[in-house]
Amino acid sequence: MIGYIHSFETFGTVDGPGIRYVIFVKGCPLRCLYCHNPDTWTMDNAKQYEPDEIVKLINKYKAYYVNGGVTISGGEPLLQIDFLIELCKKLKENNYHVAIDTSGAVYDENNENLINKLKTLNKYVDLYLLDIKHINNEKHKLLTSKGNKNILSFARFLDQENKKMWIRHVIVPTINLDDESLIETRKFIDTLKNVEKVEILPYHTMGIVKYEQLNIPYPLKGVRVPTEEEISHAKEILKR
Amino acid sequence: MAYKIYDGWEGFNLGHWSNDEVDVRDFIQRNYEPYEGDGSFLEGPTDASVKLWNEILELSKKEREHGGVLDADTKIVSTITSHGPGYIDKELEKIVGLQTDVAFKRSLQPFGGIKMAEQALSLYGYQIDPEVKEIFTKYRKTHNQGVFDAYTPEMRRCRTAHILTGLPDAYGRGRIIGDYRRVALYGIDYLIRHKENDRSLLEGEMRPDTIRDREELMEQINALKALKEMAASYGYDISEPAKTAKEAIQFLYFGYLAAIKDQNGAAMSIGRNTTFLDIYIQRDLKKGLITEKEAQELIDHLVMKLRIVKFMRTKAYNELFSGDPTWVTESIGGMGIDGRTLVTKTSFRILHTLTNLGPAPEPNLTVLWSKRLPLGFKRFCADLSIKTSSIQYESDDLMRPELGDDYAIACCVSGMRVGKDMQFFGARANLAKCLLYALNGGADELVKDKVTGKPLQVSPRFSKVTSDDALDYQDVLQKYDNMMEWLAGVYVNVLNVIHYMHDKYSYEAIEMALHDSKVRRFFATGIAGLSCAVDSLSAIKYAKVYPIRNEEGLITDFRTEGDFPKYGNNDDRVDEIAVWLVKTFMNKIKKHYTYRESIPTMSILTITSNVVYGKNTGNTPDGRRAGEALAPGANPMHGRDSNGALASLESVAKLPYDYARDGISNTFSITPNSLGKED
Repeated sequence: MIGYIHSFETFGTVDGPGIRYVIFVKGCPLRCLYCHNPDTWTMDNAKQYEPDEIVKLINKYKAYYVNGGVTISGGEPLLQIDFLIELCKKLKENNYHVAIDTSGAVYDENNENLINKLKTLNKYVDLYLLDIKHINNEKHKLLTSKGNKNILSFARFLDQENKKMWIRHVIVPTINLDDESLIETRKFIDTLKNVEKVEILPYHTMGIVKYEQLNIPYPLKGVRVPTEEEISHAKEILKR
Repeated sequence: MAYKIYDGWEGFNLGHWSNDEVDVRDFIQRNYEPYEGDGSFLEGPTDASVKLWNEILELSKKEREHGGVLDADTKIVSTITSHGPGYIDKELEKIVGLQTDVAFKRSLQPFGGIKMAEQALSLYGYQIDPEVKEIFTKYRKTHNQGVFDAYTPEMRRCRTAHILTGLPDAYGRGRIIGDYRRVALYGIDYLIRHKENDRSLLEGEMRPDTIRDREELMEQINALKALKEMAASYGYDISEPAKTAKEAIQFLYFGYLAAIKDQNGAAMSIGRNTTFLDIYIQRDLKKGLITEKEAQELIDHLVMKLRIVKFMRTKAYNELFSGDPTWVTESIGGMGIDGRTLVTKTSFRILHTLTNLGPAPEPNLTVLWSKRLPLGFKRFCADLSIKTSSIQYESDDLMRPELGDDYAIACCVSGMRVGKDMQFFGARANLAKCLLYALNGGADELVKDKVTGKPLQVSPRFSKVTSDDALDYQDVLQKYDNMMEWLAGVYVNVLNVIHYMHDKYSYEAIEMALHDSKVRRFFATGIAGLSCAVDSLSAIKYAKVYPIRNEEGLITDFRTEGDFPKYGNNDDRVDEIAVWLVKTFMNKIKKHYTYRESIPTMSILTITSNVVYGKNTGNTPDGRRAGEALAPGANPMHGRDSNGALASLESVAKLPYDYARDGISNTFSITPNSLGKED
């Protein structure tokens, strides 16, 4: 089973608890305006790895990850669900704490086959880092190119399955920093009982370089990063 | 027979150290109190400290406005007793002593080289006193002159072409750490008595070595006497052991002050003093002689003095070192070989100066890190690092097995047992450039022969690469091996000349007086351009590298087809080349005679000079362009480590310390935010 990979980070400290090995996969169905990994959108130039090969790479650093683990990010990991199941199973066999960083956008509550696979995957995953990008469906479309229905129902699915979640929310001035959006987001989070943590990620412009390299016009040109006050205000509303 | 017990030793556990021996480690082991708590006991600065520090900041500001130097002595040659006492603010200073009689006035130190001293002065608009110049040109030879009198033409070519760079042939070699604690623990008279005794043992046949040793010991004794005289000028009698914490710190600082008045060394490190000083502070605290606030004040005042150590240095020197660092390295913490931690409350106190006085690069506070350090101390350090970015860390777990538990760091990574080891600092050989020499048979890719206008032939004419096909790895390795064999030979011999002359014309009498008379000497070679050379070899091995020649037929550029593994990604295919290179060059160094039975070591540690080394290195097969900086120390080349910090660090960690005993450095910058989102 081949996985399509963008890159590896051996010292990940911001994607889940502790020091983590982060696997960035290729391919994503969304086109978020603030995306800082546009180089992971397509399958172009993907490196191909078998799950065993990846586990072997990670095992070189095992001692560092005793209080951390492995995070699979991207891109959208759930796009490669069969590979993901095999990889996470192997990671669990090697006693890693496993986290998946996903938008949940590929979820479809009518796709029984997918749901069964997700249930299998859940056996090997300790934590989901779930991005809620915008609580308003229309605005979500503008921001990401798709609606948020699948994302929200994926959150409910995980909750029913009793999977631990960290909700992650990138805040961008003029897009989702208004009180209404924040309060609505909070209301939704409050309906979930397995949310362990809510992380506010202030929008940053470090991705611009990648857009230039890929010759893609930068969609948020001119949009500023949030101020310290805006960040703490958002935290007040969203964090419990 | 009963040994004499001094007043200053009251309350101390006696032992080997007090039995007419000089053994500071034994004193520490019998008397120190490990501290496993946190930093909650620490006190802020006293009003006097704040006021004094503000006066220093004001002087620093004036100095900057004045172009970098506020005042400079052009006439009085600096010696231990050359200047009368100097103060910043006599009323406020708890610890006294300046390099000259006026605060921020830089001293004149021509023993390393009169031209350097003259250039440094003129750079800042001062003119050296003609009489001093005459004396040091006509009548008193300097280290620099001695070296150039002995250099061979080949050595000079290596220097001109910068395949050997930063050699201490025109400036003080530094890197020697006196055991300044001895001044406090024993007092000067005791130390002189021991040196006189050592000297009396050197009798009988007068061979050159014996004559030199006798002369040097006399120099040491005279330096100790001068130190006593200097202290007396400040109103202190240091002939007997220090009686209080204040005296201990003051005596110790006088020892260090004498060293920096005597030597303008590239690194003037101060040793490992906090565990020692803590014993005195604890004794005074228990007796109720001082409060915690006063204890902190003493440390704050010592650190203020260490922050204003200043030398006159030339532009070239400042370029080489990217500024004019003094490397007043103080080694802190670590673990004892008996399993107790050497962390004391004074380890906290000295680090706390970063909070009390604000962050500063000097003194270079270096924590000897062990997995087993007390958690409270680890947390304290981590917290302070985040706040100030001013702490250096070194692996105690790596060095302790080699050096025991009373070693200190000179400069940035050179470990030595305090008072027992010294080193001959040897700058670096540029191994990236050496690879280019291997391809071009020793003709320099950048420097021209002044007479012929052709590329300067630096080494003898070795066989060069003649084909224009892709470079053959085995052929290149063979040529590189030959070239390194040659380079190691010249390099060691250059250093033999330098250190012979430094001993002869600029002997570190006071620093050596604070060592055992029989010291272990390290011959500290170094390499630069490791990752560049390694990636270049990897390119030749795993990709196709075609040489591009200039009109003279010299290989000056490369065309590379295909990809190749790069050092810094924990990839054994290339990391093995790095290990091979380190071992190979060190083994070649070891083949040669090294001055004064010194033990050859090697460092991989350029922290700043990699920029200058890069400037003098042409295009390299790894794709680096001519003039671009080499990576610092053992770092991967900039931007080539693409798997994150652990992969990068693991590559570096593969380099064998046994073959690079003078230290391996890796410069690693990280912003606190990228270490996580919360405290």
